[in-house]
Amino acid sequence: MRRSSMSKALVRRETISGYLFLLPSLIFFVGFVVYPMIMCVYTSFFDATMGKDRQDIFIGLQNYKDLFKDPAFLKALKNTLVIVIVSVPVTCAFSLWVSSAIYKMRGPIRSAFRCIFYLPVVTGSVAVTVVWKWMYNNYYGIFNYIGKGLGIIEKNINWLGDERFALGCIILILLTTSVGQPIVLYVSALGNVDNSLVEAAQVDGANDLQVFWKIKWPQIMPTTLYIMVITTINSFQCFALIQLLTSGGPNHSTDTIMYYIYYQAFKLYHYGYGNAMGVILAIIIAIFSAVQFKLAKADTSY
Amino acid sequence: MNNLNHGVHHTTPYKVISVIILLVMAFLFLFPLYWIVTGSFKTMKEINSTTPAWWPSEWVLTNYEKLFSRRSAPLFSIPIPFTDEVVTGPTVPAAIRWLINTVWMAVASMVLTCITATMAGYSLAKKRFVGRGLVFTLIVCAMALPKQVILIPLIREMNALKLYDKMGAVIFPIVGWPFGVFLMKQFSEGIPGEMLEAARIDGASEAKTFLRIVVPLVKPGVGALAIFTFINSWNDYFMQLIMLSSTSNLTISLGIAQLQAELSTDYGLIMAGAALAAVPILTVFIIFQKYFTQGITMGAVKG
Repeated sequence: MRRSSMSKALVRRETISGYLFLLPSLIFFVGFVVYPMIMCVYTSFFDATMGKDRQDIFIGLQNYKDLFKDPAFLKALKNTLVIVIVSVPVTCAFSLWVSSAIYKMRGPIRSAFRCIFYLPVVTGSVAVTVVWKWMYNNYYGIFNYIGKGLGIIEKNINWLGDERFALGCIILILLTTSVGQPIVLYVSALGNVDNSLVEAAQVDGANDLQVFWKIKWPQIMPTTLYIMVITTINSFQCFALIQLLTSGGPNHSTDTIMYYIYYQAFKLYHYGYGNAMGVILAIIIAIFSAVQFKLAKADTSY
Repeated sequence: MNNLNHGVHHTTPYKVISVIILLVMAFLFLFPLYWIVTGSFKTMKEINSTTPAWWPSEWVLTNYEKLFSRRSAPLFSIPIPFTDEVVTGPTVPAAIRWLINTVWMAVASMVLTCITATMAGYSLAKKRFVGRGLVFTLIVCAMALPKQVILIPLIREMNALKLYDKMGAVIFPIVGWPFGVFLMKQFSEGIPGEMLEAARIDGASEAKTFLRIVVPLVKPGVGALAIFTFINSWNDYFMQLIMLSSTSNLTISLGIAQLQAELSTDYGLIMAGAALAAVPILTVFIIFQKYFTQGITMGAVKG
């Protein structure tokens, strides 16, 4: 009732103050996020090669057509998909396992574990990458030392310089830097599972595995979905590892889309071409997220 | 609550095995850090040995000395507004300048993000106005997109704004990234409407209501956002890489990456740099861990 009699002046005051509070944030958001996003799509229809002081030339869909004929791009796309397809399920499974092992532990111990698994994220990609580079080193790296000591490998392997291993090595580092956040999320989600349901099932004689799949798993489904989406986005954007470890080599075996965008845009200054790849990348990520939503929705009663 | 159950649970073989695996995993996750720190104090001979030295036989500072003598930069350089003059500090090792730059960048991003996001989050959660739904939808959509996609247009924009190779080029996009607004909206939903109503009836101005009622109530959220932004901006390597270029403007991550590119085999020196980059941020993380965890979980709710 009061709403309808609310004076016009009040509505106006509410609107003005609402926008005033939004304004500082909107300036940055529109200026440095929304505008670049629009420009990304717009420039992708141009031949925008920088450095020659010339105007961008409108070329329609040519950048996109060229992309799908560019073997390096297709290779990068394939590598990126391999990274995503391996790292997303492994990250989810590993972090779920760790979380279910630690969420019932006493507070400080749980925090300690959670903290340890988060450390590689906080350490920063550069520091993490340089130490792994040393560990993978052909002569002084501990991987070769331990591998030979245990008799797994016969002679030194040039891990990052060998087409067969390089991508796998990068995925391994990526995994250590991507489980931190999912573990935090899963520990909190598992802590919120409705205990009365769990106890009721246990009274009915359900074993731990049944309790997990029938009761806990559906309840943590929204968290799983969120984790899948953020891990997918992160894996698609795998860049620092590539740039610092292999520069896409050997023989393009570790090129990812993100690295190739960087290479085209900031090494060759093909801005329009790079933007076209950015658009494709955004579309692929959107499709992946949508598919994950669909699958998750079909899998739960929510 | 969980403690009540402790007595009921029995130690099964599965549990013993899972704890052992957990400990092994924790060890493996800690190892790279251990290797950075110990490596930074090892002698050249131990580093370039095919048999790894698990513990430095003698602790030396040569790696740090080499790191500090390698390049130099002024301690600070502050441009005087409306002139071309720049006040520069005494010359110091470049690594020190890089650390100062990184701290400055992270603190500025953090403060600006917290202020703008708290205001915007409050507005989106508690104000009713035309266009509110549209703004919020735009924010959620932007969050789902890969951040790096906007980097190419951003660099042209920064060139046009004459911000290239300036800290602003790194700070502004971080402030613009809408995760903070989203997080603060979640926190602000919890503010009781009656309190705001009461303040209005008492004739409090909007600014006063915000500072006296809203800010104290969403403080935990601001804490979480602050630490989250600080750590993320410290580690946002890609953005720093394309926006900053001159020696005295680098961040510590960029500096280490450049050293690595120049002398890829002097692992002792590189580990010293990595330790210098990692130890401050790890300390911050460990001190504020609680808030950080809160921020992550709150951001995911209804995500």
